Amino acid sequence: MAEKKTIHKGKIWVISDVQGNLIENIDTDQIYHNAFLHITELSQMGQYALSNLEGWKDFSKKARPGDVLVVGRNFGAGSSRQQAVDCFISLKIGMILAPSFGAIYFRNALNSGFPVMKCSILKELVREKKLETEDEIQVDILEGKGLNLSKNISFQIEPMSSVQFDIFKSGNLFNYGKTIFKDI
Amino acid sequence: MELDVRSARDFGGPNVVKNYEREYSDLPLADSKKTFFTFDLCVPASSLKYADNQQICRHFAQKHDVKVFDVNKGIGSHVLIEEGLAGANATVVGTDSHLNILGAVGCFGQGMGDVDITFAFRTGKTWFEVPETIKVLLKGRFSFPATAKDLTLFILKELGTKRAALKAMEFYGESVRDLSLAGRITLCSMVTEMAGVTGFIPEFENSLREEIRGFYKTKFIPPQADDDCSYSEVIEISVEGLTPLVAVPFSPINVKRVSELQGAKIHSGFIGSCTNGRTEDFALAARVLKGKKVKEGVMLKIVPATALVYEEILRQGILEDLFKAGAIISNPGCGGCADGHIGLTGEGEVQISTGNRNFAGKQGKGETYLASPAVVAASCILGEIASPEDL
Repeated sequence: MAEKKTIHKGKIWVISDVQGNLIENIDTDQIYHNAFLHITELSQMGQYALSNLEGWKDFSKKARPGDVLVVGRNFGAGSSRQQAVDCFISLKIGMILAPSFGAIYFRNALNSGFPVMKCSILKELVREKKLETEDEIQVDILEGKGLNLSKNISFQIEPMSSVQFDIFKSGNLFNYGKTIFKDI
Repeated sequence: MELDVRSARDFGGPNVVKNYEREYSDLPLADSKKTFFTFDLCVPASSLKYADNQQICRHFAQKHDVKVFDVNKGIGSHVLIEEGLAGANATVVGTDSHLNILGAVGCFGQGMGDVDITFAFRTGKTWFEVPETIKVLLKGRFSFPATAKDLTLFILKELGTKRAALKAMEFYGESVRDLSLAGRITLCSMVTEMAGVTGFIPEFENSLREEIRGFYKTKFIPPQADDDCSYSEVIEISVEGLTPLVAVPFSPINVKRVSELQGAKIHSGFIGSCTNGRTEDFALAARVLKGKKVKEGVMLKIVPATALVYEEILRQGILEDLFKAGAIISNPGCGGCADGHIGLTGEGEVQISTGNRNFAGKQGKGETYLASPAVVAASCILGEIASPEDL
């Protein structure tokens, strides 16, 4: 099975409000509205990513493969819907950085092999303009190291725990399961 | 770890089936007797897509000998309690972010996405990282018109979404020890909105044991904290003299006193949801609405949590009181919260709801206030946000 790369490079989107502050508590209905929950095709989910978040409703048209989302604390609060993760996978988004994530959202992302990582100083980095939309950054997922290549600023990211990293490295929970249970 | 129950709804369920067939094709489930479908989101299906999705789950269930609690039964988390499947000390997972409701009966319920649940269907196992626990000590007592929902909103106001984030919670104090099943469900359900993982109420009165005796084969003995356990934080909150509260759009933690919002016009009301859809909740509403009328031009929607609740409120005459007051009575389910079976709010519409979320756009283009069944009932009589005392 294909192992995941542990270093990601991509351009960032700072998901902020009109004042330029990171938007906090973005819930799953703002990420992927419940009106589209009946959709089961991954390819159809991307168009709805952030389509109920004020100021970001056209995100799916702007996003490029490999892009990194920089978001406020408690990202993905609310529902258990996997589509709130899958819509970003559908757009081939590289990863999401946040000070914290909703508990279920965090699991859902990891189980799909989609890197979501915590950075406690993200708010300050954005406020001090050390991270701005269009900057290119590099993240070492194993070590928990971030580097803003555009501004040559490095920053600390919380590394994944061992079980989280094992699932991520295997590709997803299904592949990980096949490494620990013989019969599946 | 081993799971006692894994379940999927008509939301998430079809994705679980799709994942399962892709990953495991015809391999058997770990245990079909511990695997369930619970349909509650769009019941009966009001769109072709949901009708198809429910059929996909039914076919899979038939093939794997899985029990389906179908569109007539009501909200899955409540049905799991009523059927005795989610009991004290059990671990239950499902595609419902409010599954931590099961903390009300001392059961660890965890909402999960379809990848997790697919894996649980096949293996009967999942992974958890043990969260830190905070102890919430509630001092004092409260009485009507304040209810368990006001207590819950008050705790939300105090804790916000930061202090309990990713933590387990234990609630203590005489005001929670006295809570019935319905009140416990209200409090435990909104641990989700506090950004917590799960909530337990270890202390209880014998009346609770009596109330839920019919659901379980064994005596109710909920989990207790170990003598030598440690908490990451102990929080004391005084609930003495609690008054009715409302969560203002667009966040459940945006809590104000009803008296601060006096005169704010509303166009519709909703009483139900997994947070306030039990018999006791409708009894509270009927206590306020009996012999009165919903104001002309205001729409009040009633959705019992389960078929059992429906039967109880029918038998006790509560349904008749609500109907005579002018309420719309729906079949059981999640209606009123999501894009389900009992309508959405239009642009400019102000709704007052007993649900648990008022995020922008969740229930349509309108604005949603969250309150207790008593406050929703009083507000629908006056056409503005009001406490039963204002009548």
